[in-house]
Amino acid sequence: MYGLAMVKGLMVTLKNLTRKPFTVQYPEERVRQHPRFRGEEFVWYEERCTGCASCAKYCPLGIIKIETSPSGSALPQGDKYRLEVFDIELQRCMFCGLCVEACPYDALFMGSGFEQGQYSRKNMVITIDQLRNAEKHPSTWFRPQLEGYEGETSIRRGTPTIAQGDSRFTYDPRGGPPLGWREVGREAWRWHQREKAGMRLEDSPETPETVGGEATEPGADD
Amino acid sequence: MNCQLATDSVLYANGLYRVVYNLAGSFLPCWLAYVIAGLVIIFILVNAVLLGAAVITWGERRVLGRFQNRVGPNRWGPFGLFQPIADLLKLLTKEDLRPQGADRIVFALVPILMVAPLILLTAVIPFAKDTVLASLNVGVLYILAVSSVSSVAIFMAGWSSNNRYAMFGAARAVAVLISYEVPVVLSLLGVVMVAASMSLGSIVEAQALPFILVMPMAFLVFLAGMSAELNRSPFDVAEAESEIIAGYHTEYSGVKFALIQAAEFGGVGVVSAIAAVLFLGGWSGPWSEYLGWLWFLLKTGIVVFLFIWFRATYPRLRIDQIMAFSWKFLLPLSMISLAAVTLEVYFLRGDDGFLTTADLAIMAAINAVVTVVSVIVFGNLIRDKVTLRTRQPRQVAVPGVPTIEVS
Repeated sequence: MYGLAMVKGLMVTLKNLTRKPFTVQYPEERVRQHPRFRGEEFVWYEERCTGCASCAKYCPLGIIKIETSPSGSALPQGDKYRLEVFDIELQRCMFCGLCVEACPYDALFMGSGFEQGQYSRKNMVITIDQLRNAEKHPSTWFRPQLEGYEGETSIRRGTPTIAQGDSRFTYDPRGGPPLGWREVGREAWRWHQREKAGMRLEDSPETPETVGGEATEPGADD
Repeated sequence: MNCQLATDSVLYANGLYRVVYNLAGSFLPCWLAYVIAGLVIIFILVNAVLLGAAVITWGERRVLGRFQNRVGPNRWGPFGLFQPIADLLKLLTKEDLRPQGADRIVFALVPILMVAPLILLTAVIPFAKDTVLASLNVGVLYILAVSSVSSVAIFMAGWSSNNRYAMFGAARAVAVLISYEVPVVLSLLGVVMVAASMSLGSIVEAQALPFILVMPMAFLVFLAGMSAELNRSPFDVAEAESEIIAGYHTEYSGVKFALIQAAEFGGVGVVSAIAAVLFLGGWSGPWSEYLGWLWFLLKTGIVVFLFIWFRATYPRLRIDQIMAFSWKFLLPLSMISLAAVTLEVYFLRGDDGFLTTADLAIMAAINAVVTVVSVIVFGNLIRDKVTLRTRQPRQVAVPGVPTIEVS
């Protein structure tokens, strides 16, 4: 009936009037990011970086510029190059994350920020000083050791809001103090088992005794 | 000099006017006191309309936001109350553009002509007991006459802008305004007949039972018609932003646009006030001697909320649907309502020509039934006009390929 349908429509809007608005008042309130969100500021740990420039080589756009000089100490004994320039031209970056994947020493992480808007393209270049001094809030993209696996705890626990019960999503990139290079450890042994050794070990009935161990390789971080 | 206002003057009913007139008249010539007292009241009314428009813009955006599960403006001041002021400041500092080839005088005259009728309308609205600038004995006629001026202003805006979208909008607006004037007038005729007066003060006093109960159909017609005359959703084809940018005020910017917006939202307030006076009993209510203004504001607010509610609910109609709604739905309803009220008044009124509260109750009972029956009948009659006809699937034959259906 014509009139009744109109009243029905009015009731629908009235029901919505009584509902709570789901607006998030952005600068004051924030939606919790997904831990693997690929943000703008790259997180770089100079203590781990050897200056191998793998990231620069793997970058499809060639926007990473690295210049190194011999540090003067014995390189074969594990010392590294001194980094002079580490420029990332963010204005052309497409956030594919291949540089992070390429890094053999877990020195480069995707960031978690999204508020680096600038008025000039010139300001979009991240220099080595900015990388050194930036607050380090790494994303867990390609660095799942930050999240921890089932049974393990992630480095920084937040409340699981995105997917209840999935421990991967308890990592909150922005929910705490910046993480130092010692805290963002290398991959756990369990991760090696799963990712590097393939799926064969998953089916084996006996579990290795070193399950759940945090970074055991000595000197990997030094 | 001791000036005395004649008791039969239309201004005599206003207590504040008499006070100012007597005060100014004690040391000024009478004609000057007359002007000064008038200006004082007009100053209050102009500010009431513009402030009301500001409050309604804020309220509409807040309530509409809540209807759509949003918050609405909340950055400036508590609950975003200063948002209209921020908007006004923004519009005041914007460039005042005039399109090439526009009719300069007419273009500049339009915003004034849009706001002026609203302020004129407030002259006859009784805000509380003895609080009306001019208690005209032809108040309803005055309202209809003055409110029609805005259609001229809209057409002037469309014509002087030298813009096809503005012209389209103006043509649509005038078509809608002329169509909806008829049912609105007919619905008001019933009110006048029951109250046996055209003065708004007498109409308020005649509402022992609010006229919304006595003739619900007239109220529905009045609300729908006024919604269309104010160019509000769902009848806002005149400024349909998805079709013709902004309609007749496409070319307006800066202060002129601010005035047009003020006229639009002030119009909502004034029309709601008129609806509250004519159908909801105006300032009458418990302790109306002292709290009349509160009841008046409350009832006006309810009608404003109804307008916002309609806007939040109904999608925009096509121009042919709007015409069909007016001529095939509202006009028959208003005529039936008028006929029913006429017959009831003829048979129920006493020897003195007036109706008692019991008569009003009988009318309310009869009209409730009449309303339901006529809404069902005419709603089904025009349903074909507003429902979408479903298309039959078309068979597409391709040689060598099984037949597929394309809807």
